[in-house]
Amino acid sequence: MSRVLVAIPAWNEEPSIPGVISKVASHRPDADILVVDDGSTDSTAKVAAKAGAAVVSLPFNVGVGGAMRTAFLYAIRKGYDVVIQVDADGQHEPAELDDLIDSLQEADIVVGNRFHAGSTYAVRGPRRWAMKMLGFWLSRMAGATISDPTSGFRSAGPRAVQLFAVNYPAEYLGDTVGSLSIAIRHGLSVGQAPVTMYFREHGRPSKNALWSTLYLGRATLALVVTALKNPRDGREEVV
Amino acid sequence: MSASLLGAVAAILVFIFIVILLRRGLLKEKYAVLWLLFAAVTVVFALVPGALRWVSDLLGVEIPSNLIFFATSTLLILVSIQMNYELSRHEARIRRLAEEVALLRERLDEREGESGGTP
Repeated sequence: MSRVLVAIPAWNEEPSIPGVISKVASHRPDADILVVDDGSTDSTAKVAAKAGAAVVSLPFNVGVGGAMRTAFLYAIRKGYDVVIQVDADGQHEPAELDDLIDSLQEADIVVGNRFHAGSTYAVRGPRRWAMKMLGFWLSRMAGATISDPTSGFRSAGPRAVQLFAVNYPAEYLGDTVGSLSIAIRHGLSVGQAPVTMYFREHGRPSKNALWSTLYLGRATLALVVTALKNPRDGREEVV
Repeated sequence: MSASLLGAVAAILVFIFIVILLRRGLLKEKYAVLWLLFAAVTVVFALVPGALRWVSDLLGVEIPSNLIFFATSTLLILVSIQMNYELSRHEARIRRLAEEVALLRERLDEREGESGGTP
């Protein structure tokens, strides 16, 4: 029986986080829940602790990548074998945690695919092109289909947790594209499982035309940097 | 011709150096972008004859080399502003971390005092 940690990076998610925690807890009572409070200025940490999660509060905002670095470090020090990343805004369906955990039998990392047949989730324009390009490239690198490389709903098995505890990128898109690339280049396998994507319970989606175009540019850059990087040369850190 | 060749060689060397730093994870992408862009543009201008004069005429700059000086100083100013910005951010973050450590140490001392342990 592997020890499972559900990691929830949260930045000012006070309204939605108690619901996410209670849904995860009732669905997977065997898993522990860690909320990484990424420098929130509201009461995210307080309400998360009250909802029964372990809470780690960062003194300032470091982004999703930085928050997940903290989560993997926490996981390795506390002896967890499996880490599952879930968004704090209620866009993910906790019932699908099972698929992500079970699929770890066949792969070291399982990415929740929001674009499966029958999914109502859709992205258009430059943002979609960027996702397509990233997916194509990473699939080729992995020798497996990765339809949705920027999905934030994913699980990491023991080998991936070991790797990410010492080598996890904090750059832009590092938590999604960069981490997959590092894993693939260290010989880890990547699988995927279909997931549902809900619209945000609170807050506004960060998607307008200018932002999307910028996203395409930054995604391209992230991809080029990723392709250039020599994983064996990477600066690994002490656990 | 030899001057533009020199420029091209220098730009290519800078490009290679930046890529090596990126590969080894010693330089973050946000710092690399300006340099890579600048190196690429320099190579184009050095290798395409007449490109510099054409742009100079377009912008109404009489002596093409003045355009190079202008572009170079603009880049250096941008890079130093970026560095000052990042430095300010880091100062604020380090101060915050120092505060966190001090407060944590105070809490730890308090607890050790309570349980009768030596501080």
